[in-house]
Amino acid sequence: MATSRVRTRRVLPGLGPTLGFTLLYISLIVLIPLGALVWQTSELGWQEFVAVVGSPRVLAAYRLSFGSALAAATVNALLGLLVAWVLVRYRFPGRSLADALVDLPFALPTAVAGITLTALLARNGWIGRHLEPLGIQVAYTPLGITIALIFIGLPFVVRSVQPVLQDLDVELEEAAATLGASRWQTFRRVLLPAVLPAVLTGYALAFARGVGEYGSVVFISGNMPMKTEIAPLLIVTRLEQYEHAAATAIALVMLLASLLLLLAINALQGWTRRQAA
Amino acid sequence: MAAADWTSNGAIPRASSIAARTEPRWVRATLIGVALAFLGLFLALPLAAVFSYALREGWSVYLAAITEPYALAAIRLTLLVATICVPLNAAFGIAAAWATTRFEFPGKRLLVSLIDLPFAVSPVISGLIFVLLFGLQGLLGPWLREHDLKVIFAVPGIVLATLFVTFPFVARELIPLMEEQGADEEIAALSLGASGWQTFWRVTLPSIRFGLLYGMVLLNARAMGEFGAVSVVSGHIRGQTNTVPLHVEILYNEYQTAAAFAVASLLACLAVVTLVLKRLIEWRAGRRGGLAH
Repeated sequence: MATSRVRTRRVLPGLGPTLGFTLLYISLIVLIPLGALVWQTSELGWQEFVAVVGSPRVLAAYRLSFGSALAAATVNALLGLLVAWVLVRYRFPGRSLADALVDLPFALPTAVAGITLTALLARNGWIGRHLEPLGIQVAYTPLGITIALIFIGLPFVVRSVQPVLQDLDVELEEAAATLGASRWQTFRRVLLPAVLPAVLTGYALAFARGVGEYGSVVFISGNMPMKTEIAPLLIVTRLEQYEHAAATAIALVMLLASLLLLLAINALQGWTRRQAA
Repeated sequence: MAAADWTSNGAIPRASSIAARTEPRWVRATLIGVALAFLGLFLALPLAAVFSYALREGWSVYLAAITEPYALAAIRLTLLVATICVPLNAAFGIAAAWATTRFEFPGKRLLVSLIDLPFAVSPVISGLIFVLLFGLQGLLGPWLREHDLKVIFAVPGIVLATLFVTFPFVARELIPLMEEQGADEEIAALSLGASGWQTFWRVTLPSIRFGLLYGMVLLNARAMGEFGAVSVVSGHIRGQTNTVPLHVEILYNEYQTAAAFAVASLLACLAVVTLVLKRLIEWRAGRRGGLAH
């Protein structure tokens, strides 16, 4: 065993240059720049840091960013599961077109999504004009922010759940049916537990993306402090006022939140793989 | 196990086993209807709206908007940034995949998870970190000013921020792919007398070409379309540091809606081409769904 691994190592060339390049490149592009963020915050001192991060305007921005991302991810978890189910299980005209379209939010630049959703949902827009008489205002409200985040997060749940549904063992469902389970019971007790890790993975991915999202949101949000100002926009505002330390403090909290989410996502993906095995 | 044998032996009539796996007709129709309505409202309608808004004031306005000098400068800059970022991050992806799937070394798992890091970071923070390093008040700011070099509010900053946000695309496609394929064919080639480079060009590269292409298509789309990170470092200087997405923003904020959507429609075309290429590669490679995001 040990000899074969040593032999493999000797037979295949290139560890030195490829690993060297990898480490150098990841340090220059990713690690050192992120380190600058931590360094800049340490300049600030604990009390100032708390004063910035705990101020009402910053707290309101965090609440809005995390709250609307959570709402959008929840909608995406439910409708994403439904879309994945329909795409995997049913045959209907236009299915492969619909399947291809699901990736649109990954491919369409966020600024384009932002101005388009704003134009559609504004008072005189194609959709907004039908909502106006009902007393529903979408553009420049938290609802509009949530809708932009639903658009951005749409592919995550669908693409997480689809492969799991495809590989699901048919015999499990047949067994449940022969044992007298109704279709709804089979779904609740057999199918749902099998796809749950994948749904949660997609949910976490959509949530993480939504928390930090900027381009698709700034146009539709209206950017009113305390009301419709998301945390990433507040970072930009502080930066434009040359308040680098404040911008950095707000960013560091968001960075820590996304690192925690990344850990959670890794754990969920591991669970999905074990469930599939 | 017993239950599985029982059904596959045919003790249960085939028809009922199909009925056990499908829903009543009205349930199916409702589910398909809800799914299509959701996708239509959230995806198809906005895509159609981009082109409709772009052409609302006619072809002449459209053509004028995408051929005026500032628009052309933005297109040139976006192409330049993509031309730098795609090969660099692709080369990194290949090197990282080779090092992590063909060798064992301490800290390998940590390295693989660090590669994904830029995807977890808000685009705004991706731009901010380069301002903190290279900006006037930044760590290297005084040194850069002494040597009359400009990174922030200049093209190098845009390239760096784009490199950061598109960093994982190729690596995350190639690492699972090369892990799955294993090194047997490469070892065979080497034992038959091929050199390291020959093995890479004739054995490794052909077997990973679809994964590589796939990653590069997605990387290119993000590089050309990135907004948040680039907006923080660019300074929005027209004709100099304005990329296509930033140009769309400026036009939109100046209430030149038709022109904004005309330029945006170029990016929408890029998105459609990306989706088509992606499908084509999936089809040629015979893979299904299961996409890294």
